[in-house]
Amino acid sequence: MKKNITFKVNGTEHSVEVEPRELLIHVIREKISMTGSHIGCDTSSCGACTILVDGKSAKSCTLLAVQANGKEITTVEGLATAEGLHPIQEGFHLNHALHCGFCTPGMMMRAIEMLEKNPNPTEEEIRWGIAGNLCRCTGYNNIVKAIQWASAKMQDKELPSTEPEFV
Amino acid sequence: MIAENFNYDAPSTLEEAIALLHQYGDDAKILAGGHSLVPMMKLRFASPTHLIDINNIPGLSYIKEEDGLLKIGAMTKEVEVEESEIIKNKYHIFGDATKLIADPQVRNFGTLGGNLAHGDAANDHPAVMFALGASVEITGNQGKRTVPIDEFFHGFYMTAVQHGEVLTEIQIPAASGNYGSAYHKAERKVGDYATAGVAAMVQIGADGRCTKVGIGLTNVNSVPMRASRSEEALLGSDLSEAVINQAAQYASEDCNPSADLRGDEDYKRHLVKVITKRMLNLAISRAKNQG
Ligand SMILES: Cc1cc2nc3c(=O)[nH]c(=O)nc-3n(C[C@H](O)[C@H](O)[C@H](O)COP(=O)(O)OP(=O)(O)OC[C@H]3O[C@@H](n4cnc5c(N)ncnc54)[C@H](O)[C@@H]3O)c2cc1C
Ligand code: FES
Ligand code: FES
Repeated sequence: MKKNITFKVNGTEHSVEVEPRELLIHVIREKISMTGSHIGCDTSSCGACTILVDGKSAKSCTLLAVQANGKEITTVEGLATAEGLHPIQEGFHLNHALHCGFCTPGMMMRAIEMLEKNPNPTEEEIRWGIAGNLCRCTGYNNIVKAIQWASAKMQDKELPSTEPEFV
Repeated sequence: MIAENFNYDAPSTLEEAIALLHQYGDDAKILAGGHSLVPMMKLRFASPTHLIDINNIPGLSYIKEEDGLLKIGAMTKEVEVEESEIIKNKYHIFGDATKLIADPQVRNFGTLGGNLAHGDAANDHPAVMFALGASVEITGNQGKRTVPIDEFFHGFYMTAVQHGEVLTEIQIPAASGNYGSAYHKAERKVGDYATAGVAAMVQIGADGRCTKVGIGLTNVNSVPMRASRSEEALLGSDLSEAVINQAAQYASEDCNPSADLRGDEDYKRHLVKVITKRMLNLAISRAKNQG
């Protein structure tokens, strides 16, 4: 039996008819036509599908679309504003924190909730904080640097160097 | 991967949820965090015809101390346990365990009730509940009943929760005196289920003797288990190194691990021994710093 659900995606209200078995990631990508959130593993392991549901980072391949009824969703498309990129996007850009970019939207959405709860995380806390997000390209170090950079920027602190480190 | 078709309801009261479970019969399932159930449905290991989502029912999510018990509402999420001050101050075992359960996104959704009701020996909270001597409150249309954790797990994915019932609360004897608890599991990588895990709780009397003890084991038996012989060795003892070694030895002998991709039987028994020793020592040092 189909269900009508209403939810906000990046501030805009959407009403869609879904089968209860449809996954949230599929509805966002195929019915709302926002393809920034990716499907990597489809088994809740990789984090590429991470979005925010009422501000909480969520693996949208493991949520049914019906569970999003009445909720506010933020995807990577909702980050930049007319004034420019979100600090986390800027951080990833300046610190070379992506190669292929497949994991990036999920990484950034996860980092946003982490920084919301803990604006000044240690390196260890960042690494635990992104434990549910896999990147097969960067080796993570630059992702950690990007999150540290965004943390500084969001608190108006002195920005760390974005020069690459050669080890 | 897409699940088989099913109908979906999201009632706003417990009575309604229970009525729907009765109305739909055996093929209806409760949806809590969905982070065990939805993956199984996608793989078509589970194909319920009706899902009863209990997320819209208020009052099932809380952590409080009352009547000598720590009470945790079934719908309390892992992240809420991680962030609870009561838990951080007195029940260190939960901080140890939640950090090792899946990852932050999964912990934003997975519930404690779901973790137990799933009835999977690989989940981490069952062992924690054995160690803490928990009971589980189950609500059906006859009212509430309370089941000790020792009688809760009936088999692979089978628990004391009968058809038409909802697990509503977890009840744990409150920490008192010099009380310490600890959990650790060996895992292949972050977010993996346990190769083997051990939960331990001790209470130490003024004379240094063990007045209360609990040890639960993760993923080394077909159902979650208590290390009873280890507990008997520890209770009333002076918690000397020799006694701890003996208890760890018993736990490694009494579990029944099966060989799989995570390791062979001997390796898992060895892990149980080492982790039991470490968790007892950690729980003891925490107990000595408290009270
Ligand atoms: C990638 C990944 C890694 C994971 N790693 C771990 C791990 O390391 N350790 C670990 O312990 N868990 C792990 N989990 C499981 C996770 O913690 C689950 O969230 C948890 O086991 C189930 O909780 P849930 O609220 O999501 O339950 P659901 O998936 O909603 O439900 C699970 C089962 O319990 C039943 N149920 C749920 N709530 C109730 C209730 N109140 N009354 C009666 N029946 C109920 C459901 O009908 C269903 O059969 C992992 C999950 C994922 C996706
Ligand atoms: S696609 Fe959802 S976690 Fe990998
Ligand atoms: S940049 Fe390629 S997977 Fe992370």
